[in-house]
Amino acid sequence: MSGAHDEHGHHHREPESVLALRIRALESLLVEKKLVSSEAIDRIVSAYEQDIGPHNGAKVVARAWVDPAYKQRLLADGTAAIEELGFGGVDLQVVENAPGVHNLVVCTLCSCYPSALIGLPPVWYKSFEYRSRAVREPRVVLREFGVDLPESTEIRIWDSSAELRYLVLPQRPARTEGLSEAELAKLVTRDAMIGVAVVQSPVVAAR
Amino acid sequence: MDPVPSREIADMKGATALPRKNGELVFDEAWQGRIFGMTVAMSHEACFAWREFQAQLIAEIAQAEREGESSSYYERWLHAFERLLATKGLLEPGALAERTHEFETGRRDDVF
Repeated sequence: MSGAHDEHGHHHREPESVLALRIRALESLLVEKKLVSSEAIDRIVSAYEQDIGPHNGAKVVARAWVDPAYKQRLLADGTAAIEELGFGGVDLQVVENAPGVHNLVVCTLCSCYPSALIGLPPVWYKSFEYRSRAVREPRVVLREFGVDLPESTEIRIWDSSAELRYLVLPQRPARTEGLSEAELAKLVTRDAMIGVAVVQSPVVAAR
Repeated sequence: MDPVPSREIADMKGATALPRKNGELVFDEAWQGRIFGMTVAMSHEACFAWREFQAQLIAEIAQAEREGESSSYYERWLHAFERLLATKGLLEPGALAERTHEFETGRRDDVF
């Protein structure tokens, strides 16, 4: 047999193809027993891949990068503009990074966060250290995250609350002229939408 | 209607925490998504409670760590799932090995 267990119940790291085959066989058996359907599995995988994580926020950012009119609406009324894309449940203000201006989001009281757009907050976002230092010494905190801003760059701190959440619209990276909206969305990270990272151009990101 | 991710599953802590990158779930290979989806689907169908699977996964990870095995997260997940199915009487001993062999030898080639 090709199974992952030997007679003692021990197992070692199996080649991917062996596992893939075994899981295919398992799915075939369970479908046959009508315990699951392959369509249900498809739907679950896609729901978990898309609903947890920064996918939705990344779509908003990418749309704003390619559609100037949408960007204007987004900055004027974030809540209404994200509803256009089918996202909601949150009162949102979007703040735009630009040359000389960098935005950083924090929740000094607790951990208010636009989860509907960017998934679950990372542990550090909820930490007392980040909540206090982001306000007191944002430049140092940003440097620790790997964002070294020139002294001349103004840093704006946005303190989230239960009533209003903030999302950073990062600057579109260089050398992305040829990318589609979907390809651009893939470059946008959770951290960039909190403001503790910049979006890397694909050339740099691939390094 | 798409299923709504359950916090109980998405927010598992410690060793059972789902592998993520940039906050998103990561399935490096398609089979990892399949085994994840199968397990979640069967818990939706009330074949077992999620905490039962999680307990099995915790035990599986602990055993693998104890024995110094290099198996990956979803490989351990598969073993936990197989054991749970066996415990629940949902998978007969030998059936999976036999079906795997049928795929291996090309006697069966279901398309998913």
